[in-house]
Amino acid sequence: MGAVRGLETGAAWLLALLWVLPLLYAFWSAFHPAEYATRFDLLAPLTLDNFREAWSQAPFARYYLNTFLLVTSVLAAQFVLCTLAAYAFARFEFVGRELAFALVLVQLMIMPEVLIVENYTTMSKLGLVDTITGIGLPYMASAFGIFLLRQTFKTVPKELEEAARVEGCSMLQVLWKVYIPLARPTYVAYGLVSVSYHWNNFLWPLVITNSVETRPLTVGLAIFGAPESGVEWSIITAGTLLAVAPLLIAFLLFQRQFVQSFMHAGIK
Amino acid sequence: MPSQNVRVHVYGWLLLMPAAILLIAFTHFPTVATLVQSLFTTGTATRPAAFVGAENYQIMLEDDVFWQVVQNNIWYAVGTIPVSIAIAILMAVWVNARLPARGLVRMAYFTPTVLPMIAVANIWLFFYTPDIGLIDQVVSLFGGGSHNWLGDPDTVLGCIIVITIWKEAGFFMIFYLAALQSLPPELEEAAHLEGASRWYYFRRVTFPLLMPTTLFVLINAVINSFKLVDQLFILTKGGPDNASSLLLYYIYEVAFSFFDEAYAATLTVVLLAVLAVISVGQFLLLDKRIHYR
Amino acid sequence: MKNQMKRYLARLIGGIALAFTCATSAFAAVELTMYYPVAVGGPLTKIVDGMVTDFEKQHPDIKVKAIYAGNYNDARIKALAALKSGQPAQLSVMFSIDIYELIEQDAIVAFDDIVETAEEKAWLKGFYPSLMENGMTKGKTWGIPFQRSTIVMYYNKDAFRDAGLDPAKPPASWDELASAGKQLVKKDAGGNVERWGAMIPSTGYPYWMFGALTMQNGQVLMNRDGNQTYFDSPAVVEALTYWHDLGNKYGVMPTGTIEWGTLRQNFLEGKTAIMWHSTGNLTAVKKNAKFDFGVAMLPAKQRRGTPTGGGNFYIFKKTSPEERKAAMTLIRWMTQPERTAEWSIKTGYIGTRPDAYETSALRQYVKEFPPAAVARDQLEFATAELSTYQTGRVRKLLDDAIQSALVGKKSPKDALGSAQKQSDNLLKRYR
Repeated sequence: MGAVRGLETGAAWLLALLWVLPLLYAFWSAFHPAEYATRFDLLAPLTLDNFREAWSQAPFARYYLNTFLLVTSVLAAQFVLCTLAAYAFARFEFVGRELAFALVLVQLMIMPEVLIVENYTTMSKLGLVDTITGIGLPYMASAFGIFLLRQTFKTVPKELEEAARVEGCSMLQVLWKVYIPLARPTYVAYGLVSVSYHWNNFLWPLVITNSVETRPLTVGLAIFGAPESGVEWSIITAGTLLAVAPLLIAFLLFQRQFVQSFMHAGIK
Repeated sequence: MPSQNVRVHVYGWLLLMPAAILLIAFTHFPTVATLVQSLFTTGTATRPAAFVGAENYQIMLEDDVFWQVVQNNIWYAVGTIPVSIAIAILMAVWVNARLPARGLVRMAYFTPTVLPMIAVANIWLFFYTPDIGLIDQVVSLFGGGSHNWLGDPDTVLGCIIVITIWKEAGFFMIFYLAALQSLPPELEEAAHLEGASRWYYFRRVTFPLLMPTTLFVLINAVINSFKLVDQLFILTKGGPDNASSLLLYYIYEVAFSFFDEAYAATLTVVLLAVLAVISVGQFLLLDKRIHYR
Repeated sequence: MKNQMKRYLARLIGGIALAFTCATSAFAAVELTMYYPVAVGGPLTKIVDGMVTDFEKQHPDIKVKAIYAGNYNDARIKALAALKSGQPAQLSVMFSIDIYELIEQDAIVAFDDIVETAEEKAWLKGFYPSLMENGMTKGKTWGIPFQRSTIVMYYNKDAFRDAGLDPAKPPASWDELASAGKQLVKKDAGGNVERWGAMIPSTGYPYWMFGALTMQNGQVLMNRDGNQTYFDSPAVVEALTYWHDLGNKYGVMPTGTIEWGTLRQNFLEGKTAIMWHSTGNLTAVKKNAKFDFGVAMLPAKQRRGTPTGGGNFYIFKKTSPEERKAAMTLIRWMTQPERTAEWSIKTGYIGTRPDAYETSALRQYVKEFPPAAVARDQLEFATAELSTYQTGRVRKLLDDAIQSALVGKKSPKDALGSAQKQSDNLLKRYR
């Protein structure tokens, strides 16, 4: 029994090691001179040159800003739009509610990635090609967010709402004072999932942006990593680490919160 | 009070309105527009678009690349889904048990989930590079020769599958972990007292109880196998000779490097149809599950 | 008195202001917006900016706004989108092979319709003919070469010495490449290859590399009208067979496809003794090679050959005669021999005109750094890069055919035959 346990522990550790190996390699290559990129020598000198080089070869500062603007604007819009819609679905018995809800859920299947061709046409008609709004707009009304918040709002006891009404709260005040505070864990969970999704999103931003002023980190990194004339390993890995650093650091610091948020968002 | 009633309807719709407009504009309208567009040719300044009926579909059925891509996509799904689910369950069971350095192990498993695919593809590219790549270096330590992992049509799709499994397993693990933690601990104690082996317990008790989670994960995994194509942009661009191209990547290629929007729309219709079938399947499966309860 | 003074002052100020407006309006008679395919912030932007500033100094009547649009694909998409939405765009540097797409979108004018004086006509004839090929169709010239490159052969002289070959004599023919390549392959005791003889990249831009092989075998890949390809001609099949054999028969190259992006690293690591790559790698190889390396022309079969690559100047159709004239002035200025020499030295791109190589600056540079001359000398044997109507598709057909032959899925003949058939289907409506 003990032997089996020991073996299992070993296997679990080995798998964990395998799982972080790519990241470990990226650190190795990024912090060592180029000639050690493919050679492993414990005595290899450490350097920050690769980061300096990567930083000067691509406008990472601008990419950070773009990604930051994208992620925050999408999140803010999602919170507002999804809250309102979820509140409607949870507490208002309006005509066509079931049908409307079913139509909302369609987006769980047909995500904006699938419709890049038509959405690109729409964006060019709206004059939003190559804007940060253009990247974010298709994601702002999120079926997932609406669904999640609706489930949470439904668990709010009716009595609380009635008490607030008696005190003379309007419909939106009830939402603001009763529902939103009670749904805080859901907002945190959904927020973390949304931020990591949009930080990492690639295909649609690739399609809709074509200038440095709008490209998020992922697209900037893809262009940085595939120059017409070939790849320089150490610099690419340094650039890669630059692109993932903020999210990775946030994850390492708030690991529990991340894991629990993903769990929370997953169990519907 | 009828006026009160009307107010409820109006409020409901007003609250829903902002989200509904965006959803219609970027989900429902484009879905319909895709269908329409697939019936026309792509217009240029010198040749305006013309209605051609099913001709684009005819072209698609005769397009070898399309069939290759569909076949690849099926293999991609078959290759990624069961393995990543199995690994996810294993991870969840391990991390849920009393394991030394459990927090670290869980973090390691989950890390790929928070990294952008495009970034990790850069790193994996190095692993797969012949001769100087990490895999070949390890192989050569054991006296093996170099292999052109991404340049060989027999191994390239496998390489893509491995990355996807690596990226997804930790994400799926979370759902299993949540499910495992919601199982009553008395169950395992009772089984332990009756002398059931852990494997027996897992097979007869845990696994069946995890079924709803498995279904949920399965559907997520199937959707992802049609949606997750970022790594191709860095690693293979669909090559060699389309051996690693997937449906969504092909759509991207047709739309944004061949500029043939009509044909891209036709291919998108296929993707939409696949997703529709999955939703119907999900609906039926979930329905059955509720029924059994 | 006070009042008079005031009035006088007011008149004076008004007069000065009027003079200023006149002056500025005369100076800013024409404003040009130029799209340029480089990433903002890169070293090239500074060079282009510097050239634009110099130009404006010498031509105060023309103002130039350069928009740096990213890579070639971005530049084309952005410029076309700007035209569609009515934003100003008078000229652009875009991929030389975009010509048919631009003609089909009715976006550009031919230079023959703009040039007037005999001097301008002479200027138009002053470029290397092989660099002009991608800019000419339907009997007219639509693109003026500017940011151009070719393929050259980089080789590791130390590896040549190690294998007992003369480092001063890089292989000059297909046979020599195969035999030298075989000699250069180094295996360890277990029979595993430690160093390959040669590598020709076959991802990213396989059609471009292949254009070199077919030209060396005396066959171009398409006609001048961009509506006919010659993928299944025997010389083309032979070229692909040779490429395939380098890996499968002679064992000079790894089998399967060879990654474009990582090839330079392989070369620098000494994992291959020879690589074919764009002249654009010269600076990086020079900087990072820890061994003695050489640069040579590609080898010959019937003859030497390479395709050209890179960007041309185009003038858009939606322009007034004054704007066209100003755009011409700018392009002519940018392609003066001295400018071209300066551009080539600073960027590593080829000087597009023979008279640029006559300037003392470029003559001196070539003397100091002979590899810079290899690309130029090879221009004599160069040809157009694959470019047709529906160019993205046709190119992909050829790429797929090349890859399927290299990985052994199809024979070169079958692969190219089916690519030709499909390309005929695509192109027949343009004939």
